[in-house]
Amino acid sequence: MSRISRRKLIKAGLAGTAGVSGIAVAARIAGQHGLIPPDFGGIYGCGHTLTYAAQRLLTRNSNAREFRRSQISKTPHPKGKPPKGDEFPRLRADGFREWRLKVDGMVNRPGSFSMAELKSYPTRSQITQVICEEGWSYIAEWTGVPLSHILNLAGVLPQARYAIYYAMDGWVDAIDMDDAWHAQTLVAYGMNSGDLPVGHGGPLRLRVPRQLGYKGLKFLNRVTLTDTLKGVRLDSEYSWYAGI
Amino acid sequence: MANPAPAPIATAANVRHSLLVRVTHWITALCFLALLVSGVELVISHPRFYWGEDGNSLTPSLFDIPIPASRSYVKTGYNFVLPDQNGWSRSLHFQTAWIVVFTGLLYAASSLRSGHLREDLLPATADLSWATLSGAIANHLRFKPPGEEEVWSYNVLQRFAYVFVIFSLFPFLIWTGLAMSPAITAAFPFLVDLLGGQQSARTLHFFASLSLVLFFFVHVLMVFLAGFWSRVRTMITGRADARQEHL
Repeated sequence: MSRISRRKLIKAGLAGTAGVSGIAVAARIAGQHGLIPPDFGGIYGCGHTLTYAAQRLLTRNSNAREFRRSQISKTPHPKGKPPKGDEFPRLRADGFREWRLKVDGMVNRPGSFSMAELKSYPTRSQITQVICEEGWSYIAEWTGVPLSHILNLAGVLPQARYAIYYAMDGWVDAIDMDDAWHAQTLVAYGMNSGDLPVGHGGPLRLRVPRQLGYKGLKFLNRVTLTDTLKGVRLDSEYSWYAGI
Repeated sequence: MANPAPAPIATAANVRHSLLVRVTHWITALCFLALLVSGVELVISHPRFYWGEDGNSLTPSLFDIPIPASRSYVKTGYNFVLPDQNGWSRSLHFQTAWIVVFTGLLYAASSLRSGHLREDLLPATADLSWATLSGAIANHLRFKPPGEEEVWSYNVLQRFAYVFVIFSLFPFLIWTGLAMSPAITAAFPFLVDLLGGQQSARTLHFFASLSLVLFFFVHVLMVFLAGFWSRVRTMITGRADARQEHL
């Protein structure tokens, strides 16, 4: 082996070691700053992680675009199908007066809220866009109570890292605490100055306007605070973080 | 550049494409394929396009792609629905986008540093005359195979095409892609406002992709015209030999 090639080999070895340990250190720092999404593994984990980390660094405190009332879509596409079973029609017949939002998990005061209670809290209205992962979109005015208000009432424990949310139709998804506390993350009961229609997830849905439509769960009836999503069945086959 | 003697081992004199150019070329080629396949799958879930901020199945479209869709509520004129492939398509599309961005940045930075941009890509001032340009256009329209000088250098039309694709089309695709992201536009609303809205960004992303597909076909056609195996071999090994052309 010539001297040149040995020197090259040592150089390459050192560079390789530096590269691997650099990535390890970067991963550690990213983990400490909440930049690693739960779906960081698997063949697409690299892309999921880069997108989540980059957007958390760049957009953590940004607000989704809001629109003028004149920009509200005339034809918002309703895609919600009423949950199967007897319970939903029974609650619907009663004007959803008995619909409740349960909050549990890592909170000081687990409990549940009636529709009347939710409507008695400070309201927020925002005109934002629903962007479906398929490509279509519509703009609507959403009225509801910020999720942060509910979280404050329940008293979230400091170790909570995710809010898991459940729909009556069985769908389960989760967001991180950045989005859970975000001012525009809304527990919505109104749409375009009326009650939230069943076709849009009424009586209650979550709106997370900085993420795609599939993170905005319809027929919301439970929020669970947790420090891990390990072992939690999430239904979406798309990337967990949908800021794209 | 003088014609070099054929040599079994690559030397500075007969290296046509640097290692960096070759590696980034093939990574980009693979990324293009992955982005195209996954992008087509995403279009299949909603083959309708709009202009402005919003648009959905209940809105009149700007134009429709006459293909069946993978969603039952999109009216396509076909009486069947294709299987939904958006799960892997979305993840593949965005992961590949990251790879192509890193590859592009590496290529751009190194091209500036090595002089590849100035020497090989930007057209020489002398070539910008009407006579040279019209001659090159005429040769292309006649499908005339390139001469030996083009084994070692890109012709003026090729330079225009490459500079346009690398420094305009790719950045525009990234821009229009980012303009569809609700999180990115939360922080940088001008990205989507300048394009005329969410749906305009999507439509422009589609047309930019179409332009890239057009470039791909012309590029491959020109490689065939120049001698497919010799050009592909040069892009793999880096070595070129004018005397092997058209063998």
